[in-house]
Amino acid sequence: MSASTIIFYVISAFILTMGIVAVTARKIFRSAIGLLFSLVGIAGLYFWMDVNFIAAVQIIVYVGGIVVLIIFSIFLTQKSGEEMPKPINSRKIFSILAVLAGLAFTCRLISLYGFKENVSGPFKVEVSEIGTQMLSTSDYGYVLPFEAISMLLLAAMIGCIVIAIKSKPETK
Amino acid sequence: MSEVPVTHILFVSTALFFIGMYGLFTRRNMITMLMAIELILNSVNINFVAFNKYLFPGKLDGIFFTIFIVTIAAAEAAVAIAIIINLYRSHHSIDVENAGELKF
Repeated sequence: MSASTIIFYVISAFILTMGIVAVTARKIFRSAIGLLFSLVGIAGLYFWMDVNFIAAVQIIVYVGGIVVLIIFSIFLTQKSGEEMPKPINSRKIFSILAVLAGLAFTCRLISLYGFKENVSGPFKVEVSEIGTQMLSTSDYGYVLPFEAISMLLLAAMIGCIVIAIKSKPETK
Repeated sequence: MSEVPVTHILFVSTALFFIGMYGLFTRRNMITMLMAIELILNSVNINFVAFNKYLFPGKLDGIFFTIFIVTIAAAEAAVAIAIIINLYRSHHSIDVENAGELKF
């Protein structure tokens, strides 16, 4: 086993452990911290796979944006020191059964499929290449999804403001 | 680098997906359910990058899908948290069992 292989398994174990902490911790703040470290581990996995740009995007958007937003909303809505109620036992058991069945089924499918790995060339992700293809209007250009996403982001921004705005009391 | 086969990366992302699924089944608090959804979306992103790297190394399509999914996840989280805070203002609770009525 080379060092790279060992690093992969260490990162994977870290991601899965922190994911389990994120979904099972009784205190909601601990669960948010578990999510944070799981996302950092996923960014490490992207670094391991040589996609540095995606890893940077992962850290900036998820760790710097979404987790901070989630922690703020926890402080706004919850008493974060208190423990959350335990899930009902029957629901827990049936969820574990369903999840394990799905996991076994999917893992069996993956191991039986037989992916043919293509090692024809080195995998290099240039940021300039991503930018050029993102805005190109020729074949395999992604300018239409780019514009659709920009409209979606604008709509989401306006929607957030409209939903969360405080309605004035009608006293006047 | 090629000592780890692509199936092992897929096993990791599958496990992460079902961990998120378990959280979605058992949690009754909206913020923790949102966290479970984030885990699920991230496992899908790992899949896209792994397929792009191991099966089609000359192309960039998996990278683009990953970027778009990250964007949509950010928009979704922002809208979800706006809805959650609005719900907390009207119901003083963000448990899904207490949010049975849609019109208040």
